[in-house]
Amino acid sequence: MNLKLKKGFDINLAGKAKPELAGEIISEIYSFKPTDFNAITRPKVLVNEGDTVKAGTPIFRDKKNEQVYFCAPVSGEVVSITRGAKRFPEEFKILADKEIQYVEFPKYSESDITRLSKEEVLEAMLKSGVWPNLVERPFGLVPNPDNEPRDIFISAFDTHPLAPDYEFVFKGQEKYLQAGVTALQKLTKGRIHISIPSGNSSIFKSLTGVQIHQVSGIHPAGNVGVQIHHIAPISRGEHVWTTTPYGLQQIGRLFLDGRYDSSKVIALAGSEVIEPKYYQIKNGISIAKLVENKLKDTNSRIVSGNVLTGLKVSKEDIIGFNHNLISVIPEGDDYEFLGWILPTSKKLSFHRAFGLFSFLSPKKERVLNTNMNGEERAIVQSGVFEQVLPMDIYPVFLLKAILANDFEEMEALGIYEVLEEDFALCEFVDVSKMEIQRILREGIDALQEA
Amino acid sequence: MKFVRDTLDKIKPAFEKGGKLEKLHPAYDAFETFAFVPKHTTPKLGAQIRDAIDLKRMMMTVIIAMIPCLLFGMWNVGHQHFLALGNLEASFIDKLIIGAWVVLPVVVISYAVGLGIEFYFAVQRGHSVNEGYLVTGMLIPLVMPPTIPWWQVAVATAFAVVVAKEVFGGTGMNVLNVAMTARAFLYFAYPGDMAGATDVWVYTGGEKIVDGYAGATALGIAADQNTTDALASFGSFFSFENLFIGNVPGSIGETSALMCLIGAGILIFTGVGSWKIIVSGFVGAYVMAALFYVIPGGNAFMAIPPHYHLVMGGLAFGVVFMATDPVSAAQTEVGKWYYGFLIGALTVLIRVFNPAYPEGIMLAVLLMNVFAPLIDYYVIEANKNRRIKRLKLKIA
Repeated sequence: MNLKLKKGFDINLAGKAKPELAGEIISEIYSFKPTDFNAITRPKVLVNEGDTVKAGTPIFRDKKNEQVYFCAPVSGEVVSITRGAKRFPEEFKILADKEIQYVEFPKYSESDITRLSKEEVLEAMLKSGVWPNLVERPFGLVPNPDNEPRDIFISAFDTHPLAPDYEFVFKGQEKYLQAGVTALQKLTKGRIHISIPSGNSSIFKSLTGVQIHQVSGIHPAGNVGVQIHHIAPISRGEHVWTTTPYGLQQIGRLFLDGRYDSSKVIALAGSEVIEPKYYQIKNGISIAKLVENKLKDTNSRIVSGNVLTGLKVSKEDIIGFNHNLISVIPEGDDYEFLGWILPTSKKLSFHRAFGLFSFLSPKKERVLNTNMNGEERAIVQSGVFEQVLPMDIYPVFLLKAILANDFEEMEALGIYEVLEEDFALCEFVDVSKMEIQRILREGIDALQEA
Repeated sequence: MKFVRDTLDKIKPAFEKGGKLEKLHPAYDAFETFAFVPKHTTPKLGAQIRDAIDLKRMMMTVIIAMIPCLLFGMWNVGHQHFLALGNLEASFIDKLIIGAWVVLPVVVISYAVGLGIEFYFAVQRGHSVNEGYLVTGMLIPLVMPPTIPWWQVAVATAFAVVVAKEVFGGTGMNVLNVAMTARAFLYFAYPGDMAGATDVWVYTGGEKIVDGYAGATALGIAADQNTTDALASFGSFFSFENLFIGNVPGSIGETSALMCLIGAGILIFTGVGSWKIIVSGFVGAYVMAALFYVIPGGNAFMAIPPHYHLVMGGLAFGVVFMATDPVSAAQTEVGKWYYGFLIGALTVLIRVFNPAYPEGIMLAVLLMNVFAPLIDYYVIEANKNRRIKRLKLKIA
């Protein structure tokens, strides 16, 4: 399928990562945070402080979805388990071995994988730690293996600001990607859909057993939710799973190498990074180690993930489980005299209201800070969200249904088809400065619990 | 600038929680955020960067779009004044001074009363002061006749802000356009000061009007007279050119279609006003007027060429500045086409068939404000039905 998307908005930030792998960053301490996942309500801790674990040893599971094991990303000693409200385990800290020990899982050749049964694939994926790379829609959950997905979708490109270039990251990883696809095929009677940017040659074109879709357009064209909406939208009662090429790679490694290897190539980017580049890391690496000696000496904010959907982190935190980018941008905690009316071409705006001149130079790379550029107000403007959301959905009406706690209306207006990332641009362009992604998440959570 | 910041920082503690003037925090906040964009940063999770726009800038854009109408209105008040007194030699500056003398107090009263109420409600509710009134405060004077008594401006503003807006919850919650409500209030409460002959539409300053100066508006004449007389006057004083330029009597800011078009250009270019509403509004009026024009017989109004309808009275001003109010208009993009079209069409319908209310735009906008949610309802239902249909197809 060829998909042409017109709506959206590209945010061209300064500080893109140079396509250069600058080596591996290793940390003494690695962490696992259950809070990286949505709606985990009945946590069960499977290790004690002081236990030694291998990469792939189960350390945690959710009793609500108990077939899924969350596993240690590295081998070593569990040095602490931090608990929060209601003794919810918020962070598992592992003091890593110098030489990582892996739990041995069965190894297969590429042709062996095609002969595996669904049960064998499920068993391997659920026990080894690769399963949480999958996301279940609606609601954006760690998938329940009993909900057989109608289809599985993978977006093979990321259009978020500063996002890593998958063609660079996964060059030479084709056999793992293919093995991942082959394994996932066992899990659905439907198809594996992979979207690539139209026109370019792509390493993903060589994958077999998948349905390739060529997508053209600006951000959010790379969002898997937008692609699903146009390829085969989700209706009530359906489950669709998604993953990323990172997920495919890890699943592929599990079957070909027989181990849970959480290594991934991520980008460290943004205007406050001295030399934005790619680095190899393992899941759960500490931010302090990641950014050590790599940041400019400025008042900056470190974001795990991209600047539209990410999480502000401190150096004591870790990179998010599903994040493959660390963005570092200036903090905007200063006053600006008459900043609401002075003409500016420096600040980026989707709008063209008086004095906003960024539309004159849309291609220019920009340094943007974290200032709200205004205060929260009532919803006044209409018709703008629709211009950055290439879906047949009325975002303001959906948000109002959520605020009114009207479940039927939320369903009717298509809440099953969206996750926070799809509304992130709405949050960016919003004149009223609302926390749209948070509101959407509240609606999704409320509906899921109901 | 540093001095302003320091002063604000110095008095800030008094307005914070636990301070002596804690209750007045919304008022302090309004002034502080007017001087400085606050140092608020984006929350921990979600969009870490935000667009440079905010509600203040958006509202200022609308005010800037109204400035041509305001300035022309001031000149025109002076122009009509001297015309009525038979003084054809008065200079541009003289006209502007007289106009400013008449218009500016109305602007000041509108802002003082409206903002006073806004601040009061903000303080009572502990909300921050919304910027919506910045626009309303300019719209109200522009739709008033130049001779409007000041106390009526104050009463109408108070009525509109409280009844049309604050009782619904303030900015963003109102059903009716606030400025139109103010005008409608005066129209029905004090009809003698809002419609009629010379003494309403032209500021005379108590002096005697020369013979031959009619001083009525084009709409008034068309509604009053028989066909031939109306058409005759439309040939000379109310020529298409004069109506388009706007050097005719009327409400302060509405007479010049040209200035409204400049405002429309600003609103459309900046994206602050919906081009769909503006275009469909004019199309609706033209189509309706053309329909009446080709029907033989009827009243004087029906015989007016359709393009006259676009430049007469407040249609242009209403379509450009009132219909595009995003809060009271239709909120769906499809709905905006219907909304605008119906405003234009209804305006002409009211003008032609209801001589008691020659100014149709006011009632048309208010009526469509009420129906806008219904239009949206059907657009949204269609969206929901597409989803239901998809589900049914799958099950079948």
